[in-house]
Amino acid sequence: MTTSILTYIAGWPLLAALALVVVPRNYRVIIRAIAVLATLISAVLAVKMFCNFNAALPDAEGYRFVQQIPWVESLGISYHVGVDGLNVGLILMGAIVAFAAALCSFEIQTREKEFYILLLVMAGGILGAFASLDLFFFYFLHELALVPTFIMIGVWGRGERKNYATFQITIYLSIGALIALIGLIALYLQSGANTFDIPKIIAHAQAHPLAENVQNFIFPLLLFGFGILVSLWPFHSWAPLGYGVAPSPTAMLHAGVLKKFGLYGLIRIALPLLPQAAQSWAHVIAWLCVGNILYVGWVAMRQKDLNLLIGNSSVAHMGFIFLGIASLNVIGVTGAVLIMIAHGFLAALTFALSGYLYQQTGTLKISELGGLCRKLPFIGTALLMALMAGCGLPGFANFVGEATVFFGAWNAFPTVTLIALWGALVIGGVYMTRAIRNVLHGPLPEKWNSLNAVTHNWRKLPYVVLLVCLLVFGCLPRLLTDKINPAAQNVLTQAAPVKQVVQTEISGARN
Amino acid sequence: MNASLMTLELCVIALGVVLLLADFWMPPERKKFLAYAAILALGGLLAVSFSGNGVCSLGGSAFSGSFLNDALAVYFKRFFLLAAMLVLFIAAEFSGRIAAAVSEYYSLVLFALAGMLFAASANDFAMLFVSIELITITFYVLVSFQRSKLQSLEAGVKYLILGALSSAFLIFGIALVWGTTGELNFTKLALVAPQFLASKIFLIGVLFVLVGLGFKIAAFPFQIWAPDVYQGAPTPTTAFLAVGSKAAGFVLLLRVLFTALPGVMHLHAFTTLLIVISGITILYGNLCALPQRNLKRLLGYSSISHAGYLLLGVAALSASGQAAVLYYLAGYLFTVLAAFAVIAIVLQGQDKDIAGLGGLNQRSPLLAAAMTFAMVSLAGIPPLAGFFGKFLLLKAVIEQGATNHGYYCLAFTALVGVVISFYYYFGVIRAIYWGKDATDMSPIVLSAPAKFFLWVCIAGIIWLGLFPNTVLNLANEAVTVLNL
Repeated sequence: MTTSILTYIAGWPLLAALALVVVPRNYRVIIRAIAVLATLISAVLAVKMFCNFNAALPDAEGYRFVQQIPWVESLGISYHVGVDGLNVGLILMGAIVAFAAALCSFEIQTREKEFYILLLVMAGGILGAFASLDLFFFYFLHELALVPTFIMIGVWGRGERKNYATFQITIYLSIGALIALIGLIALYLQSGANTFDIPKIIAHAQAHPLAENVQNFIFPLLLFGFGILVSLWPFHSWAPLGYGVAPSPTAMLHAGVLKKFGLYGLIRIALPLLPQAAQSWAHVIAWLCVGNILYVGWVAMRQKDLNLLIGNSSVAHMGFIFLGIASLNVIGVTGAVLIMIAHGFLAALTFALSGYLYQQTGTLKISELGGLCRKLPFIGTALLMALMAGCGLPGFANFVGEATVFFGAWNAFPTVTLIALWGALVIGGVYMTRAIRNVLHGPLPEKWNSLNAVTHNWRKLPYVVLLVCLLVFGCLPRLLTDKINPAAQNVLTQAAPVKQVVQTEISGARN
Repeated sequence: MNASLMTLELCVIALGVVLLLADFWMPPERKKFLAYAAILALGGLLAVSFSGNGVCSLGGSAFSGSFLNDALAVYFKRFFLLAAMLVLFIAAEFSGRIAAAVSEYYSLVLFALAGMLFAASANDFAMLFVSIELITITFYVLVSFQRSKLQSLEAGVKYLILGALSSAFLIFGIALVWGTTGELNFTKLALVAPQFLASKIFLIGVLFVLVGLGFKIAAFPFQIWAPDVYQGAPTPTTAFLAVGSKAAGFVLLLRVLFTALPGVMHLHAFTTLLIVISGITILYGNLCALPQRNLKRLLGYSSISHAGYLLLGVAALSASGQAAVLYYLAGYLFTVLAAFAVIAIVLQGQDKDIAGLGGLNQRSPLLAAAMTFAMVSLAGIPPLAGFFGKFLLLKAVIEQGATNHGYYCLAFTALVGVVISFYYYFGVIRAIYWGKDATDMSPIVLSAPAKFFLWVCIAGIIWLGLFPNTVLNLANEAVTVLNL
């Protein structure tokens, strides 16, 4: 079997990380060039893969660009990658965000070599995790990407609360990942398929569904394990502070890409394998996501620091994705995947911009900023667009996703959808427009008269790339939905036969 | 009787004696080379053991079944040979600090190795006791080898008193088991043991045997000696104690539990006991390691917690659990020996404070890398050996969850332990790369053998993490001889 393009997409950053180990630390330009080049190659390959993806012509078992190499035969672990509509967009988004993050790493001035190595490991690991169709590698590669996050926040983080935030994020996310690991191992053992291969487990589970009590035992492990990773309310408190403290490339990659891993895991693994438990837990997810949307939205309104505000709003956005998953229908799940992609670009863009502001002003306190649009026209405009995208302005990809989720969720949870709508339109609108007014408009404090606008055009590249992606997918959502739709349909039909059985059983009991 | 089965053990003992004799003709400044000669000889034995028709791959039993050479024994014999070779590398680096009798140190390591090899083959309570005593008594001397250092002597005395106490428990337990059943041989004992499951005296005997073995592996509540002895003993001794002595305890534990007394462990009380001890050991080791500033003491507590992780596999009472124990030990070997080698080379004559590692990446990038790999692997982070080992152990425990819900609690306890351990393992890494510079910032020049040793350890850690197939197959094959 030939090497899949996915192996190259995830492999180039990891290879570059390995290469950087032997580059002497004072060759700063070369170190940066290698990092940027590797992520650029993987982004270009991802775009190529995205364009060549045709859901109608799958290679094997419904996946494209498949590659499988046995790894530990006695346990049924193999290196198995492939894409379908669920992860094709996520990989594209991840690769582009990784490229933008590498470009934004110019703000790092100390120990660049270690920083770029960690950044590349993070990027390669998470791209590999998204491409992986093997339960073991799925977890393994995510963990590989997660640990550098902690180190980067601990070493290059900013502000007085750096140590506390590092602690908090490490403990929260490690516990979340390990709970998910227990769930995945339990799933492997209980499925009886004796393999870690996701398509095979799913096929096996079609024929031999897991007992309902087993499902109800494993599903919460996955829900809360993955939920902690995605900052599901009430396990979200690591996120705003962590992102507030993190260096902006780390925040971009983590908030944009890594965080989507848990959601992707829920859709890819939990829904098809644990359909009955998903049914019975759906209302729990729906009500928890109200916590994300309303409670965290309110918290975001009270923030005095721009980064904390963005961090909280990113937690609030996760609520919409959870709502889409909880709706358990094709429209809702499609919308969830759409927001995952859109929010990836958006989070990366906002953290990149706030990182630029912090680098220029040395503060992100909203009360000290103001009128920056005049001094920094490009950054100001980009931030304006990003914040408007964040409160769901049509034309940006987020609007498409949120609207789709609301359509999907209406049938299943009308009350929650109403609350979520209010949260999205009113609360989101309030804090975003307030931030725009206080940071970008109004009088310019005198001390910011000396600020420099972005001097080189190529420094604008990461922001432009991310903005373009947001607009393209906002104006042409069919690029994504055409791919996601069949895959979402597939996931839900995999769950469906069991659902019908349950329904007939229930109706039988009524008779 | 088939004494040729013992060729390997006899070779090792002969090698020890030859080293002692060679001491007469070796000028003092060249005694380091005795260690390299011994390493080469052991390497030869190891190679022969893999060749398939050599001394140590012969199957069969000798001395009316008390000495057994099966797949499990062969796995552990290879393990011990490798461990002794790597420990001798550390000892050669360390030799400058042993005031006198350097070659005695090397040959004592070999005699301890012989004890471990016998332990790997023990299929009889008498053999078990003799091999444990051979290991322990040699270690009394090895621990207190730096006679001029008070700490080393203190460690020796502590090890002696607690070791003697545990031996007393062990022999008392053996006496009770023998008194009730009339059998010392494991194979024969397995046939009669089920009749005695109701006998209190028999069960107390089994419990006492477990106490004796619990001391060897430093499981709670017999872990008291570990931090003090680890801290006070010469670094190569500590390394051998952490790897060899612990593994010897585990092979004997596996033999006793799954060859001699397979029915006993399935008694509810004993299963619960194993689960509880494993959980407490993990928590105790990890929590006590948190405030430590002395690196050797920290590794002492960490070794307690790893005994707890290994007990996870034992407590699972399944073949996959025991295979996981064997795999984890292999990864632990490279990891811990790399860490102790760095301590032996960097923290010479200091108080072994973690701060002494400050700026190590400027003084010697290779040493810094080796220590980082060791810590990351101990913390169980992919893609290194420790992660895959912990994954196998957790899988084995969760597998049993359906039979006894205590296993789920145990798995969660292990996870809590892992999360706690991140703090102190990363503390070491932070000291290396981001800590205050040490007082002495002169570059460290490594000898060629030391470089080779460090590369071997790093390669082992990565290899076991990325390509687990070979060793896992060996481990799976080894545990087939156990009665599970």
